Amino acid sequence: MTPLLETRGLKRHFGGLKAVDGVDFTLMPGEIRAVIGPNGAGKTTFVSLVCGRITPSAGTIVFQGRDITNLPAHRRVRQGIAYTFQITSVFPNLSVYDNVALPVQRTLTDGRSQKALREGAIEALQRTGLADRAGVPAGQLAYGHQRLLEVAMGLALRPRLLILDEPTQGLSDGEIEDFVRLVQEVASEATVLLIEHNMPLVMRLAHCITVLDAGRILAEGTPDEIRENVAVQQAYLGTITGEAAA
Amino acid sequence: MTGEVSPLRVYLLHAAIILALFALNFMLPPYHHGLMARIMVLAVFAMGYNMLFGYAGLLSLGHAMFFAAGMYGTGLAITHFGTGVPAAFACGIVAGAVLAFAIGLLALRTSGVAFMIVTMMFSQVFYLAILYFAAWTGGDQGMVLQQAARVATLGPLVLDLSHPVGRYMAALALFAIALFATLITVRSRWGRVLVAIRENEERTRMLGYDTFANKLAVTVLSGTIAAAAGSAFALLFGYVGANFAAVQYSILPLLWVLLGGAATTLGPLVGTVVMYYVTDTASSYTSAWLLIVGVVLIALVLFFPKGILGTLRERWAGWLP
Repeated sequence: MTPLLETRGLKRHFGGLKAVDGVDFTLMPGEIRAVIGPNGAGKTTFVSLVCGRITPSAGTIVFQGRDITNLPAHRRVRQGIAYTFQITSVFPNLSVYDNVALPVQRTLTDGRSQKALREGAIEALQRTGLADRAGVPAGQLAYGHQRLLEVAMGLALRPRLLILDEPTQGLSDGEIEDFVRLVQEVASEATVLLIEHNMPLVMRLAHCITVLDAGRILAEGTPDEIRENVAVQQAYLGTITGEAAA
Repeated sequence: MTGEVSPLRVYLLHAAIILALFALNFMLPPYHHGLMARIMVLAVFAMGYNMLFGYAGLLSLGHAMFFAAGMYGTGLAITHFGTGVPAAFACGIVAGAVLAFAIGLLALRTSGVAFMIVTMMFSQVFYLAILYFAAWTGGDQGMVLQQAARVATLGPLVLDLSHPVGRYMAALALFAIALFATLITVRSRWGRVLVAIRENEERTRMLGYDTFANKLAVTVLSGTIAAAAGSAFALLFGYVGANFAAVQYSILPLLWVLLGGAATTLGPLVGTVVMYYVTDTASSYTSAWLLIVGVVLIALVLFFPKGILGTLRERWAGWLP
């Protein structure tokens, strides 16, 4: 089986700061992969390189067997890479319906049918439980619902790879439960790459975890392996479990 | 913009506006009849500006060059090549479209304040070029289009554009086409993409849209509509002048659109009418009419920051496109 996504020697330096410093990363189709690491480990920079928001200093990115290193971001989205923003980035003055209609109308192949557009948009809203708020301006939604809308926009692109950058930040426990169900459902049709700080959530959801530290991969493995990994405990988990206990 | 509002009411309103303007042809006294024809042509210019500024959120300070490109494309074709009205009109539109494409390619590499400065700079270059090539353009004297050159013949149809009724009807026809073209565009899926670019360009890009190509397309559309207005102005009023390429004609459409309501289909008309009549009334009382215009504008910005129709839509009529 060919990997869905592969990076080789991927680097991004900001002046003297090596945000991403030679990452070799392989992602198989159907996985839920979590990327964790301390603040400043380069997680967001890494996924931004994958989705094309920033260009790498060195290295290659291969998606579905095709080199996409030099492909502009909007073309990568069309290849099936969807990115949901860490800082909620919806269209606040447009209705919730318009927010999802935008990704849906771009993916429609027939291009004309009003019915298909409406159905696609309503489906994405129903999956995220936002259908009854379709007419509300997105900026008037509660924060948790804006996070869900952000995910709905990603889903509406019908991606092969869905990148979620700290999706549960600021959500209540109840909202997180809904979110877990949603990600598990999405994983049946798309590969999920998840950046997340909530450790119990990562341990429950991820098939495999990649730990980044100072721009490099520190460890990679199943949740159990990562939990037992001494290097990871020292670099990262120790402080987090300490925080969780406090 | 939700695509959910019943379109019937919207289309009826726009058709009623066109009918009302048609009826005014028979009701207005001669002075206002002539003024209204002028206002309709300039409202088309404002509608072109509104496509770019109101919907796509790109603030150009150089739209005088597109208006003037249409005007001079038409004027030069008639003066130097003796073309008929339809061919001259086509020359004006093509000149505006080509110029908008070239300027868009360069200016859209910038955004925000830099975009304003770059468009203004290109527009000044265009203005100075008109003055420099005076042998062709007539320099600051401009060109007068003779009455005989302004009679349009399309098969059996003869339309004298220098006659008040012919002029009014031609202006109304252009206005109606531009209005419905705007209405259809902004209610379309592409209109939704333009608004998305205005609201959050980075997010739009990350939904898979080539934002540069979309911005270039709307720049060309906007420049072409402005050029159509400029060309019509030359044909209807018989004068092609460099002052229409000067910086004030880049500022005026911005004021008209802000006054009427940016990103509303009828705002450009309302803004142009109000501004024209305020100017006209003020200048009949005092030579300090610019002061009165200024005070009115400041009051509007303070109390109606979204313009007349923008405020109306926000408070009472959310269905207005």
